[in-house]
Amino acid sequence: MLAKRIIPCLDIRDGKTVKGINFENVVDVGDPVELGAKYAHDGADELVYLDITATHEGRKLFADLVRRISEQLNIPFTVGGGIDRVEDAELLLSAGADKVSVNSSAVRDPELVDRISGGFGNQFIVVAIDAQWKDDRWTVFVNGGRIPTDRELFSWAREVQERGAGEILFTSMNHDGTKNGFACDALRELSQQLSIPVIASGGAGKKEHFVEVFEQGMADAALAASIFHYNEIPVPELKNYLKKNNIIIR
Amino acid sequence: MKVAIIKYNAGNIRSVDHALKRLGVEAAITDDPGTLMGADRVIFPGVGEAGSTMKYLKERELDTLVKGLTAPVLGICLGQQLMCSWSEEGDTSCIGIFDQAVRRFPEGELKVPHMGWNSLDRVNGELFPAYLKDSYVYFVHSYYVPVCEDTAAETSYMLPFSAAMQKDNFYATQFHPEKSGDPGELILKLFLSL
Repeated sequence: MLAKRIIPCLDIRDGKTVKGINFENVVDVGDPVELGAKYAHDGADELVYLDITATHEGRKLFADLVRRISEQLNIPFTVGGGIDRVEDAELLLSAGADKVSVNSSAVRDPELVDRISGGFGNQFIVVAIDAQWKDDRWTVFVNGGRIPTDRELFSWAREVQERGAGEILFTSMNHDGTKNGFACDALRELSQQLSIPVIASGGAGKKEHFVEVFEQGMADAALAASIFHYNEIPVPELKNYLKKNNIIIR
Repeated sequence: MKVAIIKYNAGNIRSVDHALKRLGVEAAITDDPGTLMGADRVIFPGVGEAGSTMKYLKERELDTLVKGLTAPVLGICLGQQLMCSWSEEGDTSCIGIFDQAVRRFPEGELKVPHMGWNSLDRVNGELFPAYLKDSYVYFVHSYYVPVCEDTAAETSYMLPFSAAMQKDNFYATQFHPEKSGDPGELILKLFLSL
């Protein structure tokens, strides 16, 4: 049986791992390569590295870091942040990334999704969507949750699936950093509307939240950062708990 | 030992190279016929789309070269699919080592691509000792090879399919051993020590 995936997310700024609370008040939590290797050893199913400064400050892509990560890790990893062109994706692929994630750049240039999936396959591209529930609508934001757009979560997710996205990584800005649980209703809706896997992000605080996100939210994978970085819920402990609760876990 | 990774216009060549390095093996990434034919092990990796990849291989006559290799060859992911005779992906005629048609997972019931860690439900052959049964390995694919006489490991997603294959000196995995943690490393090690 296909297992549900647990994915620690490492936000990278200036080559260091950071985690923002509500995308602000960034705190340094360690070396990305070392931390990634530790998570792989602990049983993480996959890792996501997001260069959080790249999009809005136009920083250079972190291909060198990606190469070092790829040398170390024997599990898959996704990299994102500032991928505006097919060439950016190709550079990361040649450095050893398994997947790239695009977010703001896809909103600005939706055909980027077609071009990356056309060039390297659907499995290579994850479309990350940050959205906020406000006025009875999930509004898509860009630039690390700073700028609202006129796009709506579900229609945008369907559009990028149509354009060749291999997975959707959905972050609820209302839940992110709160530790009160994932946006299970929106996730369930997303999962039912899409034929590609959905990764849940934002709101993990307790082990129970992961059971909820897989059972009620129908997510294929769950992503979290601070609870892993600060060792509040170690990955092995979380996976044991999920197994006991009859979630299929590696 | 000389290990060669076939260089072509498809995906995860670097991660295969890195996995071999972790096992202490320095591989040559090459499309040079002489180097490939002189290698003790050849790895045929692949992520991408069947049609354009076969076109690329044919233009360079790498398709006939692969089929004619006598050293152990390991196809990975798209590599396994291209080692079959035909793929539904773009109605593509493939290399034809395994006499099988590659099919797309049916729409509807479950998510496609089949992405993530899935278990090896049945194993046999040199790369798959019995204790690897029930091990989880990492898959990313929308097309599959049905279970057949060349199946060396079986996994289920909607239906049972060939997680790995073996015929003569040709080995193939639908999953990515280079990304499959400890079981993946073991399979690569067994391939290198055949």
